[in-house]
Amino acid sequence: MLHGYLPAILGGLAMTLQIAAASLLVACVLGMLGALAKLSKSRVARVVADAYTTLIRGVPDLVLMLLTFYGGQAIVNWVVQKMGGSYVDIDPFIAGTLTVGFIFGAYLTETFRGAILAVPRGQIEAGYAYGMSFTRTLWRITLPQMIRHALPGFVNNWLVMIKATALVSIIGLDDMVHRAGLATAATREPFTFYAAIALIYLTITSVSLFLLWRVELRFSRGVRRVAA
Amino acid sequence: MSPPVSFLGVDWGLIASSQPAFFGGLGVCLILLVITLPCGFLLSLPLAVARASSNRVASRAVWLFTYVIRGTPLLVQIFVIYYGLAQFEWIRESAAWVLLKNAWFCAWFAFTLNTTAYTTEIFAGAIKATPSGEIEAARSVGMSSAQVYSRILLPGALRRALPQYGNEVVGMMHATALASTVTLVDLTRVARDVYANHLLPVEAFGTVAVFYFVLTFSLVGVFRLLERRFLRHLQPRS
Repeated sequence: MLHGYLPAILGGLAMTLQIAAASLLVACVLGMLGALAKLSKSRVARVVADAYTTLIRGVPDLVLMLLTFYGGQAIVNWVVQKMGGSYVDIDPFIAGTLTVGFIFGAYLTETFRGAILAVPRGQIEAGYAYGMSFTRTLWRITLPQMIRHALPGFVNNWLVMIKATALVSIIGLDDMVHRAGLATAATREPFTFYAAIALIYLTITSVSLFLLWRVELRFSRGVRRVAA
Repeated sequence: MSPPVSFLGVDWGLIASSQPAFFGGLGVCLILLVITLPCGFLLSLPLAVARASSNRVASRAVWLFTYVIRGTPLLVQIFVIYYGLAQFEWIRESAAWVLLKNAWFCAWFAFTLNTTAYTTEIFAGAIKATPSGEIEAARSVGMSSAQVYSRILLPGALRRALPQYGNEVVGMMHATALASTVTLVDLTRVARDVYANHLLPVEAFGTVAVFYFVLTFSLVGVFRLLERRFLRHLQPRS
């Protein structure tokens, strides 16, 4: 199949999925920090979080990727050289993952902020009244209840993110799109390979939608549904 | 070349001397938007009506189109159209090849497909959200189906869809950055060229980020004004 390039394409798929999974982890952490910062009493934290989400929403993903990938490399090296170190080459996988995670952390910030606000205030107050600390209240009271509210926005962001990982081929990562380009150059059959990876992306999207629908059912247990 | 003007480690002279190129890229970005958005808007109206209709075949067919487009990366769609179609000899020998070998046409085609799919879903959702009382009232005063659509359903739905459509327009503007992958010299391509020539990433990509940032919030401002005009009935009375 695919003139023997199927294993190569699947290897690229593995790379795409690794980048997506690692970026999602970064994005979730940044999104949660961002949401807490936006809801915090500290003015500085709110301003920083607002600047972060505004900046990301104002600039295309591809430009942010180029800026953080090449710019980040330049800044790191500038700092290292000031400290008397020698040139460091940043691993493209780490740079790509951090960049995608950084971008989608901003989108998840808004999703998580809305979800935290949807948890009744009294629940969190009750946690404090029992003498739980901030982190314990967050872990035991807020997080389990916000998941249900965060899921629809989370699904959307995941779907946009998995498609955005296609852009990492432009900053030189060996993902599915890059592998398809190599196979195309060798076989002169661009349609075959680009259509094949389009189909793989469509499968990932479909499987994600199905899985997240299942998770949604799980976290909505105990919520009465209004009969239509 | 202008002499290097360095401040805070940034070469401002380079930024200043590459302004003409950046403004050229801005023009390409705006032209892409102007030829794409109206087409997507006009195509998505009938598709949204079909998608929201009770005709299952029509609704499913439109759903399949939007599902495939929304489920695959735009970058891959552009590659399929621009590089992919050349694989077939019958396409290369057809009359359409004059258009299909042109990067501008392929970018327009891919972007229009994309914005049509997203806009269709936005409009269809807004049509479905129409209160049934409005339609019953229209019917009870004797309006035909066409009249119900043109006087009640579409005006109401387009108003409701305005905030989301504004997001789609900003998304489309950001998506034009991908035109840089098929030889068009848009804002992003200019930045990549400046970077390739001088290896100064902050100067190249920072400048272009400012361009996109200003464009984004100009568009957001335009849609704020439109919302103030068309969603006036939803605003608190002062």
